[in-house]
Amino acid sequence: MIKTKLSLTILGLATALVAGPVLAAGGHDSKLPERQPWSFAGAFGKFDRAQLQRGFQVYREVCSNCHSMKRVAFRNLSEEGGPQFSEAQVKALAAEYKVKDGPNESGDMFERPGRPSDKFPAPFANPEAARAALGAAPPDFSLLAKARGYSRGFPLFLIDALPIPGGAYQEHGPDYIVALLNGYSKADDPNWNDYMPGNKIAMAAPLADGAVEYTDGSPKTLLQYSRDVAAFMMWAAEPKLEERKKTGFRAMAFLLVFAGLLYYTKKKVWADVAH
Amino acid sequence: MAEATTVEPTRRDFLYIATGAVAAVGVGSVAWPLISQMNPDASTLALASTEVDLAALPAGGIMTVKWRGKPVFVRHRTAKEIQEAQATPLAQLPDPQADAERVKKPEWLIVTGVCTHLGCVPLGHSGDYDGWFCPCHGSHYDTSGRIRKGPAPRNLDVPPYQFVTDTKVRIG
Amino acid sequence: MSGPSTYVPKSAIGRWFESRLPIMGLMHSSFVVYPTPKNLNYFWTFGGILSLMLGVQIITGIVLVMHYTPHVDYAFQSVEHIMRDVNWGWFMRYTHANGASMFFIAVYIHMLRGLYYGSYKAPREVLWILGVVIFLLMMATAFMGYVLPWGQMSFWGATVITNLFSAIPLVGTSITTWLWGGYSVDNPTLNRFFSLHYLLPFMIAAVVALHVWALHVSGQNNPTGVEVKDVKRDTLPFTPYATIKDGFAMVVFLAFFSWFIFYVPNYLGHPDNYIDANPMVTPAHIVPEWYFLPFYAILRAIPDKLGGVIAMFGSIAVLAFLPWLDTSRVKSANFRPVYRVFFVVFVLCGIGLGYLGAMPAEGGYVIASRILTVYYFAFFLIIMPLLGLFETPKPLPASIADSVLARGGSASAAAAGAAHAPENK
Repeated sequence: MIKTKLSLTILGLATALVAGPVLAAGGHDSKLPERQPWSFAGAFGKFDRAQLQRGFQVYREVCSNCHSMKRVAFRNLSEEGGPQFSEAQVKALAAEYKVKDGPNESGDMFERPGRPSDKFPAPFANPEAARAALGAAPPDFSLLAKARGYSRGFPLFLIDALPIPGGAYQEHGPDYIVALLNGYSKADDPNWNDYMPGNKIAMAAPLADGAVEYTDGSPKTLLQYSRDVAAFMMWAAEPKLEERKKTGFRAMAFLLVFAGLLYYTKKKVWADVAH
Repeated sequence: MAEATTVEPTRRDFLYIATGAVAAVGVGSVAWPLISQMNPDASTLALASTEVDLAALPAGGIMTVKWRGKPVFVRHRTAKEIQEAQATPLAQLPDPQADAERVKKPEWLIVTGVCTHLGCVPLGHSGDYDGWFCPCHGSHYDTSGRIRKGPAPRNLDVPPYQFVTDTKVRIG
Repeated sequence: MSGPSTYVPKSAIGRWFESRLPIMGLMHSSFVVYPTPKNLNYFWTFGGILSLMLGVQIITGIVLVMHYTPHVDYAFQSVEHIMRDVNWGWFMRYTHANGASMFFIAVYIHMLRGLYYGSYKAPREVLWILGVVIFLLMMATAFMGYVLPWGQMSFWGATVITNLFSAIPLVGTSITTWLWGGYSVDNPTLNRFFSLHYLLPFMIAAVVALHVWALHVSGQNNPTGVEVKDVKRDTLPFTPYATIKDGFAMVVFLAFFSWFIFYVPNYLGHPDNYIDANPMVTPAHIVPEWYFLPFYAILRAIPDKLGGVIAMFGSIAVLAFLPWLDTSRVKSANFRPVYRVFFVVFVLCGIGLGYLGAMPAEGGYVIASRILTVYYFAFFLIIMPLLGLFETPKPLPASIADSVLARGGSASAAAAGAAHAPENK
């Protein structure tokens, strides 16, 4: 009895400490994003290749005009667990970009067609140039899906950690991005966004219905665009997500079997003593 | 009671052995990432090929390009150098290899610039055979990059390469 | 570590070696025949779990250093390189980052276990104080480790915490400048934090060795708090009994740990730390890692800068005086009904402070922090000394063996004899 109570107390403490997290990024006056149906959520989640490919198309045709993605290389696009374009497609794609290289023998920097091993070139030479041209420096895309989030508040943030239905919630970033792209609610104020902390956003609505021509028959709607690009951004931020979850399943299965065996071994060892 | 004592030990032993075996598997599977992380990473592997433009290199010239972090010599051989390399009898070579096996086109010799003795970078157009000379321990290479004299045991290695066009070669 | 060894090597080579360096005998007496009370519960497995975590952190840390660059221009980039390109890099980094949290979860359980069962009381005062030293070293290590990825939280966390020292009268500013190696947190700061972050775990390992040594001199406490009277009746040899039990607990803990590594790896982190450090822009809401939150709440509860800093450091320092603050003759809270209530309130108070540490320092939150801070200190400085004098403890069992038999309880167990006692917990 004493033990149960103590165990409960300590368990409670552990949970609460575990919970300290602190995804307290959101402002108080902004709305909380809705949860989206993500194929990559949950313990067995996987990216939807077609969605990543569409998301890349949105990035390339719209976002990349202002946003860099400096930590992602062309070759990543053909790697396992990503959009999985073919290597030939990636080579052709990379060659369409101009990449700065050098110095050559005469000591000059020069431009050459991109190679798969190159990182995505940035639209502006540096943040200052971007600020001068746009009024504000757009954040880099590479990690944005992990660098944005919001807190669901007590006690839901505790559930976010737990292996229960509705739990193991790690998609705050993509959900926030989708909400943001759909959060331009005031026609007379292009810089008003329902979901931006403080509601003031430097970027005017970047996407609208029909802005990008999909070739696979997916709906050409703002909601579809924003889901696709957010999924793509999640992949860009966490390219090893599928490998991680796959390894995790093996590790957990192994540990549970091992724990079971140890439990019975322990029982056997202790079988002949009172304790 | 007698029955219990005969059954017990075997079942117990099995449990112990199974637990021990699973523990060993666990240690092994944790060891692998720890070892594997020291292998070349994805960005290093992606850079494993280098494209070289040969157009600017005159006959007799040697160009050094970097491939996998080490120098590769690209030598535009003159007719005399080709002739010397081809005429050498294999019997004179410590590491016998015909010149034809070492080049794809006779005028272009491509070898890694790492002495097979202890890894120094040999100097071009020098040594007793007008090929390369390694200043560290005095190894002489000929115009085919083959070892002729000195402590090095092997000819200079030929990296994998392909001619993409007549004047462009991809190493790696 | 527990008296002269009875270990006799079987082979001639073994005997030759043992007479020159008796390390096998030391291992044998410390981890094989070392007597452990037979009534230990699973809270006693956390010492082993903590050793495991120290090992995990050191090994993954050494691996990460093979790929990390401690320079303000490259640190963030090199961490991303680990996450994206290095073979199994994501696994190493998530293990190391979440490992810090697991380490603290385990250490808090370990400390509360000591607090509940009176493990700090004579003859274990030195053992306890060494534990407090380890805790301090852990906090320093964790804090400096969090700075290394050089994200926004790394940078601003470092700025805020190092600025605490500026509260010291007269020399405060000089001390912060000295800590930074400049006029702000910058490359010299990152480099020295990296150096110390690599050094401190080995110092922890050394103090852990002393901690274990001290433990093996006094022997383990146990849930009754009654000392071992008869080694034969009250204790069991460490191997196989404690080893197998610790092993089981470790694997269960690893499964818990793995859940975080593989499925919610960023849950305990902060999104802002995926943004490059920017000395020009402070994030809207700076919070330390969760394991510092209770102390952070105490810091902010005091309206005075110096007072807050003193209270925060005092809240840890007070632990070192526990063996003398507690006046009770009975160790285990199982036999101290009133203390138990205060203990539970103390645990809740710690959780509450942790919650408040994550909340903005305004309005009701500050008042609540103050109340809980008062209780935190009152628990150690008022309740513990006084309660020991007034509380009437429940009767203690005569020995560990007696308590085990009483608990195994029923007549059937006694009749069947020790060999068939049911596993009753």
